[in-house]
Amino acid sequence: MAAVVARLVGPLPAPARAAISWAGWVGLAFVLFAVVLVVAGKDPLLAYASILGNTLGTAYGLSETLVKMTPLLLTALAVAVPARVGLVNVGGEGQLFVGGLAASFVALTVPDLPALLLVPSMAVAGFAGGAVWGAVCGYLRARGWLNEVFSTLLLNYLAVLVVQMIVYGPWRDAESANYPQSPQFATSAWLPTLGNTRVHLGLAIGIVAAVAFFLVLQRTRWGLEMRAIGGNSEAARRCGIPIATYTVLLLAVGGGLAGVAGMAEASGLHHRLSPGLSSGYGFVGFLASWLAGHRPLLIVPMAFLLAVLAAGGDILQITQSIPYAVVNVLMALILFVVLAARAAGRTAR
Amino acid sequence: MNEAIVLGILAITIASGASVLYATLGEVIGERAGIVNLGVEGSMLVGASVSFAVAGTTESAAVGVLAGALAAGAFNLVLAVFVVSRRTDQLASGLALWLLGFGLSTLLGSRFVGHRVGGLAEVDLPFFDALPSSYAQVLRQDVLAYLMVPAAVVIWWMLFRTSWGLRLRAVGEDRTTAYAAGLHPARVQYQALFIAGVLSGIAGAQLSLGYTKTWQEGMTTGRGFLAVAIVIFSLWHPLRAIAGAFLFGAAVALGLQLQALGAPVSPFALDMLPYLITLAVVLVWGRPRAFTVPMGLREVFEGTGR
Repeated sequence: MAAVVARLVGPLPAPARAAISWAGWVGLAFVLFAVVLVVAGKDPLLAYASILGNTLGTAYGLSETLVKMTPLLLTALAVAVPARVGLVNVGGEGQLFVGGLAASFVALTVPDLPALLLVPSMAVAGFAGGAVWGAVCGYLRARGWLNEVFSTLLLNYLAVLVVQMIVYGPWRDAESANYPQSPQFATSAWLPTLGNTRVHLGLAIGIVAAVAFFLVLQRTRWGLEMRAIGGNSEAARRCGIPIATYTVLLLAVGGGLAGVAGMAEASGLHHRLSPGLSSGYGFVGFLASWLAGHRPLLIVPMAFLLAVLAAGGDILQITQSIPYAVVNVLMALILFVVLAARAAGRTAR
Repeated sequence: MNEAIVLGILAITIASGASVLYATLGEVIGERAGIVNLGVEGSMLVGASVSFAVAGTTESAAVGVLAGALAAGAFNLVLAVFVVSRRTDQLASGLALWLLGFGLSTLLGSRFVGHRVGGLAEVDLPFFDALPSSYAQVLRQDVLAYLMVPAAVVIWWMLFRTSWGLRLRAVGEDRTTAYAAGLHPARVQYQALFIAGVLSGIAGAQLSLGYTKTWQEGMTTGRGFLAVAIVIFSLWHPLRAIAGAFLFGAAVALGLQLQALGAPVSPFALDMLPYLITLAVVLVWGRPRAFTVPMGLREVFEGTGR
């Protein structure tokens, strides 16, 4: 595809070639998903039009897309941080729930604190909750007991069950009838929102975290050591870089970022703890990080792209009566073609 | 604990462990050929939904199981195209396969939510009636539950007593050396992934047609991922996998029985048992030892992240 464009407009700089070929591969995924929709007896053009029209077409749609983007951005960073040393964190979903749980605990136990004190404490608690959930997996990996892929995956299921146990049991709100959820937080525990939209401060936190991660990687000794481990862990070990420490620490930081996503969803959007805190954001965030090649600044646009699709999943359910989970097909296809494109690039070199 | 409770737990152990055992066996074959497939969960969902849909339309559970198994086998070839032919990252591709299977099975199954099918008939021999009912309930299982242990033995025999199995394990140990020795690693890995898919399809069919007799979006609830973990516990051996799957089944059964007896514990805490027990046994007995891990898997786990 890049070759075709080059023939039309002349030689292109390398980043433009990469962007065009990337867009071509992603386009292929959209075509394949259209085929799936046709087979299922749905109209793909109508489906795409309604996704685009309802996300990017209106100010309200755009703001709702940014609402979806917030947890995706943070959970993608949760994958990218450990990925830089070759660790695979598939536990963002669970870490998000534990972070939301810890933040809710603070909001419900000390609701009388002023907002300026309460909200930061919730963020710290959310980070700590997710960090513990991630550090456990890091410890198991560092000791050589269990690969983090399996532990992070299985801990997702445990985290959701813990949250369900609590909102069906001790924290159940008597006023919300049949909905299993905690009582609503005091307004001092709410993250501020932008104007009269539902976009909350979590988005800014995510963008700041992405930039901070970029700076740490590029400008600090830790970043250099991380890139060294990611490049050749054996060489890094012989240079005296403490790999085990990095393993535990980076999975903790990753888990912590996902935990902040959970805190932001609970505090900025739902204003309470509920099992609906996440609809698979941890897994979509995993995709976003892989699409961006774990590069922090690229993660921001990738999280936005996937937010369009995730919001699109809701829209398809309403307008085309296609179940929400079907949008996973499109996301999986995008990941597949981008992985294949990257692998092909590797063999070509 | 009285006899009836123990027998009740045993009956559920077999019924709920069967799907996990089939999935684990499939994963053992794949990993012996050098491929870690994190997408078992997705193949199981494809098997569960296709077999449910076909059994519901043709009113034949046998045709349903067959269709589900073949569909999941073909579905696994998608993974083969990417990880074998295009050499994509196995772990990320496996998760993509899971998402793909989750989405496709939801699309197919949406028409069947809330339906019930006759499902797989239970094996019922004349002498069961002569037994006390608590014993008979252990023996009244579907055909697939009866076949799971023989299946494990057949797969052990295929892997360790046939030249096909030797070739497969050679590819899993070292793809390049196997190629130099005149084998066709790609062909072997495609075969392994197809058989693994068929087995996870059977696992899914046992779940939807045998164990629950319903279809529900995402009904495998992590069984596929647990199967991947049980492979580690089983040290990549089909016969040890039987023990792993039964442990999982026993954890499910224990939770259900405690709930039925009215134990003052949250049902959600009891639902954690299978995950906790599986993690615990993998940690205690599944430490990778030298020579048990197929060598080809090392590069999957150590060269990741880029």
